[in-house]
Amino acid sequence: MKKITQVALAVAAFGVVAGNAQAGTLQDVMAKGHVQCGISTGVPGFAFTDDAGNWQGFDPAVCQAVAAAIFGDASAVKYTTTTGKTRFTALASGEVDMLARNTTWTFSRDTDLQFEFTGVNYYDGQGFMVSKDLGVTSAKELDGASVCIQTGTTTELNLADFFRTNGMSYEAVPIETNDEARTNYIAGRCDIYTTDASGLAATRSTLDDPSAHIIMPEIISKEPLGPLVRHGDHQWGDVVRWVLNALITAEELGVTQANVDEMAAGTNNPEINRMLGAEGDLGAMTGLPKDFGHQAIKAVGNYGEVFERFIGPSTPIGLERGLNALWTQGGILYSPPFR
Amino acid sequence: MTDATALSRPTESFSLSKLWYDKKYRSVILQMIAMAILFAAIFYLAGNAVSNLEKLGKTFGFDFLSQPAGYDINQRLIEYDSRSSHLRAGVVGLLNTILVAVCGIILATILGFALGVMRLSPNWLVNKLSYCYIEFVRNVPVLVHILLIHGVLVTTLPKAKQALNVGDQFFLSNRGLYVPKPIMEPLFYLVIATFVGGIAYAWYYRRQARIKQEKTGAQSPVFWVSVGAIIGAPIAAFLITGMPLAWEIPELKGFNFRGGLALKPEFISLWLALSLYTAAFIGEIVRSGIQAVSHGQTEAASALGLPRGRTLNLVVIPQALRVIIPPLNSNYMNITKNSSLAIAIGYMDVVATIGGISLNQTGREMECMIIVLGIYLCLSLIISSIMNWYNNRIKLVER
Repeated sequence: MKKITQVALAVAAFGVVAGNAQAGTLQDVMAKGHVQCGISTGVPGFAFTDDAGNWQGFDPAVCQAVAAAIFGDASAVKYTTTTGKTRFTALASGEVDMLARNTTWTFSRDTDLQFEFTGVNYYDGQGFMVSKDLGVTSAKELDGASVCIQTGTTTELNLADFFRTNGMSYEAVPIETNDEARTNYIAGRCDIYTTDASGLAATRSTLDDPSAHIIMPEIISKEPLGPLVRHGDHQWGDVVRWVLNALITAEELGVTQANVDEMAAGTNNPEINRMLGAEGDLGAMTGLPKDFGHQAIKAVGNYGEVFERFIGPSTPIGLERGLNALWTQGGILYSPPFR
Repeated sequence: MTDATALSRPTESFSLSKLWYDKKYRSVILQMIAMAILFAAIFYLAGNAVSNLEKLGKTFGFDFLSQPAGYDINQRLIEYDSRSSHLRAGVVGLLNTILVAVCGIILATILGFALGVMRLSPNWLVNKLSYCYIEFVRNVPVLVHILLIHGVLVTTLPKAKQALNVGDQFFLSNRGLYVPKPIMEPLFYLVIATFVGGIAYAWYYRRQARIKQEKTGAQSPVFWVSVGAIIGAPIAAFLITGMPLAWEIPELKGFNFRGGLALKPEFISLWLALSLYTAAFIGEIVRSGIQAVSHGQTEAASALGLPRGRTLNLVVIPQALRVIIPPLNSNYMNITKNSSLAIAIGYMDVVATIGGISLNQTGREMECMIIVLGIYLCLSLIISSIMNWYNNRIKLVER
């Protein structure tokens, strides 16, 4: 009889643990020792493998910052590549802990698909790229063109709306990944490649003669891209949200990868002190170490540094800050205060 | 023991041990247990899915099918635009699947029979060519064939503006093959009526010829009369009514060709890849079927003085078909199921529409996958029942 009680207790305990595990992504991540991060299959600048075969780029940097915040080690990330079609299933099923792959924040994804966007790391909009030979200067002249689109994206829906509302026809050439789009575009299977303007700039940089292709002035949609997690786990959502906010606030307050160690010792700006863990314990409020901000910034640098390193004007991608400049510098990038 | 059992089995007494030791009871009980386990498994899986969906806060339902799909499909057999419903998008995809499956089955059968016959040819070169083709093609995954053909088509064919032009009627570029599209004028329905009538007459004539042959032994020219009725008569009607068919010629306007009928590279490559791949298997099936007919049969037929053509028609092929049809059935189903690889090159079949984009835009994984599974199940069952019907017709009738 005693044995049966023990077994029953063990089963009950297991049930409780399993039940908790469902809700506590942060605990799961800590237990397994790494963040499982969903990224794209490769967009130059935004997600690519370096010479050593490690994933780098504007999006993996978010994953690395989160890993650094939790473990103090930016390399405690394992990546899962996802396409436009597989990404949501991967996240919903728990295959990945978070997604960081140019995903647009929309109403239905937030509510119906049950995801939580933890912020915006790139304000984008959908554009068109064509070869200069075609002699087209405006998207309004694209009637009858063949258009390469990545399926399962908001791009696809915007495109259909744009052509329909402007009374133009087009041939949709559906493709799965950015690489495939590039191949089809170069071969002339489609006249136009459409995706977020950042993605177009990234793809153009990899073409043989980038100057032979133009990105049309029309931006036909708002595409706020940001990392996302599953609904229902607010602690984990907070972790990802505030790591991203730390990178943005760091730029605003002049904290860089180079000076963060020095500043972590204490400054006369209390917000920097709180963010880097020299004052108070913001980390504990969401289950993170006290110095999570310090570790994240030390690992990848502040938002501006990440931008400069992977996609900024000095890189082949050559994106201007534009909307993505800080609110203090004419952009709309704005982080809530660390308080 | 109740009276009822005693009444129904008056000669044997019933005991519990019989349930296991009597072969008849045991087989029933084992089947019942198997069914119970199967149902329990289904019930468990369904319950698991429901509770998981609940945990994710998702509801189960097919309401989304009536909502606007919002995306466009480049190849469609019925009217469709981005305001049409997800259901309609699914139907467009289903028709595309059926189109490529039917075209694939036809081409694979023709190629497969040719390969099978070539494989048995006494000519060394023809024989070895067929052998090499079969061995190469069937040992490479079909997905590789599809990607290879698509890649070759898209990168080697000229761009739309430099399209290969045959007589200003046919245009071949990496946007596809554009051919003139027939547009029926009212009188054309007369031609169609003649065609249908021709088929009916050929069927009737064949029946009469058989009755006549059974009575008198005299043979009628069934083949030529059929050709005349089915092909000759409609052509005559077409000419008499003054060729009531207009042609819409494709022409280059702006970026693309407009008008005409288009075979897109995605369709062509999927169709060719499926056909070429499956033809290799069908070739082997045909070879084995023909080899299964003992040579003694042919010798016996020529001993009776039957000419070679009639020997093939009346002795060899009917017996070979009995061996060929069942494995052919599964290859037809394979073509249909393999067409789902269309997704790799962006051919919009049912997996790409309802099981791909609709699934992704609405987040209804469970519902969309159930629909796609149901569709493939139905297609396979339909093919299977048609082939089984044909198999029953031609199988050995014992008298």
